[in-house]
Amino acid sequence: MSLVAETTARSAENYRVTRSRRNVAWTGLFALAAVVVLYEFPYIVGPGTTTIITQAFIILTMASMWNLLAGYAGLVSVGQQVFVGLGAYIVLALNIHNISVFTALPVAVIGCGVAALPLWYLVSRLRSGYFAIATWVLASTVMLVIEKIGWLGSGTGLSLPHTPNVSAAVFTAYNYWCGLAVTVLAMLSVYLLLRSRLGLALTAIRDDEVAARSSGARVGLVRMLVFVIAGAGCGGAGAVLAISLPIVQPSAVFDVQWTAVMAFAVIIGGLGTIEGPILGTVVYMVLQQELQSYNVWYLIILGLVAIGVAIFARRGLWGLVDDHLHLRLFPVGYWLWDPASSGRRSRGLGLGRRRGRHS
Amino acid sequence: MVWVNDVIQGILTGGLYALFACGLSLMFGVMKVVNLAHGDLAVVGGYVALGVIAITHVPVLWSFIIVVPIMALLGYLVQRTLIQAALDRSILTTLLVTFGLSVVIENGLLQFVNADSHSLGVNNAIITASFSIGSQISIAYLLLLILVVAVAVLLGLQFFLSKSKYGRLIRAVADDKEAAQLSGVDYRHVFGIAAAIAFGSVALAGIAQGMYSQFAPTTGTDTILLFAFAAVVIGGLGSLWGTLVGGVVLGVAQEIGSQINSSDGFLAGYIIFLIVLLVRPQGLVARGATS
Repeated sequence: MSLVAETTARSAENYRVTRSRRNVAWTGLFALAAVVVLYEFPYIVGPGTTTIITQAFIILTMASMWNLLAGYAGLVSVGQQVFVGLGAYIVLALNIHNISVFTALPVAVIGCGVAALPLWYLVSRLRSGYFAIATWVLASTVMLVIEKIGWLGSGTGLSLPHTPNVSAAVFTAYNYWCGLAVTVLAMLSVYLLLRSRLGLALTAIRDDEVAARSSGARVGLVRMLVFVIAGAGCGGAGAVLAISLPIVQPSAVFDVQWTAVMAFAVIIGGLGTIEGPILGTVVYMVLQQELQSYNVWYLIILGLVAIGVAIFARRGLWGLVDDHLHLRLFPVGYWLWDPASSGRRSRGLGLGRRRGRHS
Repeated sequence: MVWVNDVIQGILTGGLYALFACGLSLMFGVMKVVNLAHGDLAVVGGYVALGVIAITHVPVLWSFIIVVPIMALLGYLVQRTLIQAALDRSILTTLLVTFGLSVVIENGLLQFVNADSHSLGVNNAIITASFSIGSQISIAYLLLLILVVAVAVLLGLQFFLSKSKYGRLIRAVADDKEAAQLSGVDYRHVFGIAAAIAFGSVALAGIAQGMYSQFAPTTGTDTILLFAFAAVVIGGLGSLWGTLVGGVVLGVAQEIGSQINSSDGFLAGYIIFLIVLLVRPQGLVARGATS
């Protein structure tokens, strides 16, 4: 922030600092058009395709949240399934009390955000790897508690008792729109968060935690906020999942596989970029659809690819795109225009980008 | 009397949990790596034992003589290649890589072996036999043996770390790897040795798990990793003897929990873990000098 202010003040007439290298208005229009097209999808394609895209929405939401945690706040949580499960069970619990699933969905989002606070209090005492397993233990504990509640179906689970009285195809479309709404909201919040002052702190923490601390970024507070947002987002994904599942079962919604999927999507797509999770989700869905007749092969391949990417291409697939095209769909960094080259050979200021190895 | 029995059984299973945990604790103490694939490695150890027994017909109790060196060698190789490469990037990368490894191992076993549960040496007299104290307390020889092995492993590790040449190297590298390197120590090699010990001990734990109950591809993450971790946190991060204390506390909590309600053993163990995390985050045993 100060660097930007200083640079612009010193040679305001020569240098220009913009959010993006290219005009953002076009990306904004493109994003809007994409959402409109996606909104129309259930009228165009069959329920089979809609179901698959709904699944992609769920994964994308989770991946965006996990990216916020691991990619920006440096928090590797292996227990995000706790929020997926809680979101699903809030929908189930409210639905049992005759509350519509569509009303229950936002309640699940807020409920999971609130639930994230006490959980954060417990796990924030531990650092990096121990934080990771502690979140995992928390998820298992919450699952074991839910399994004890008889009216929620104990260990065997329940199906939603009061779904809207519509045909299966229409219900699939409803579910799809829920998924779309949650995803758009999640992506929009991530984008706005990263463009805010807080986002600057997050980007600083991503690039160098010690430097961020010494520059006055309130790392602890920012991390708590990210944990709460990620909890709410994963809760929303879990709520959409509950609506799409024939039966809500503890071992299915609290499965650590959810965290594996969101982590792989983020790592392969590009950790610490907004665009990465989108690309990662596409890769995940393609592999899963292509290889689903070979049992768990897609998870083995995704795991191996993720390990390779984590070691050899830290910034993932989107990093490769960015390196060659200097393209950013969601401009959250700053771009410095060098007057000497009249914009032709402009260079990034380093606030929104990261090259090479970082430790 | 029932409660006395629970406490005794809990202490005995605590030995198994300490065996799960000491490799996790060692790897964190030396290279600051939290190996998220730790539990799956115990399961791999169990499967290797299964294979070794099928091929060589070695008695179950002695299978560790072959399995532990195999896993130790694997540990050295994995550390020198995968984990070291991740460490060279960042601590965050080690988490991503070991988590990936965990998922790959678990699903690899599901894909190439099957989802069935296996146990080791069900027909072996020593494994199933027990002796009684009074009318209520019955102690299985196997659990006693596992506790003795766990204590022996911890004693051996402590002796190794404090007295032997490689132990000194490991402690030097754990304290300050750059300084150790300046003194002519190849810290990568030392990391490899530490990982070999960790993998060897977790293989032992895998065999013990197979004899005591059973293992399946998902056992590694469902129970072993989380129990090992709970034992480490309850005992105190970075303390070797703390893992034994943590294991015993976890074991006793689980036994008492299942006495109250047969399905609540796991939950009771996790609740004790959360209470310790809440009121004494540094663990019951303060950070020791051994690691």
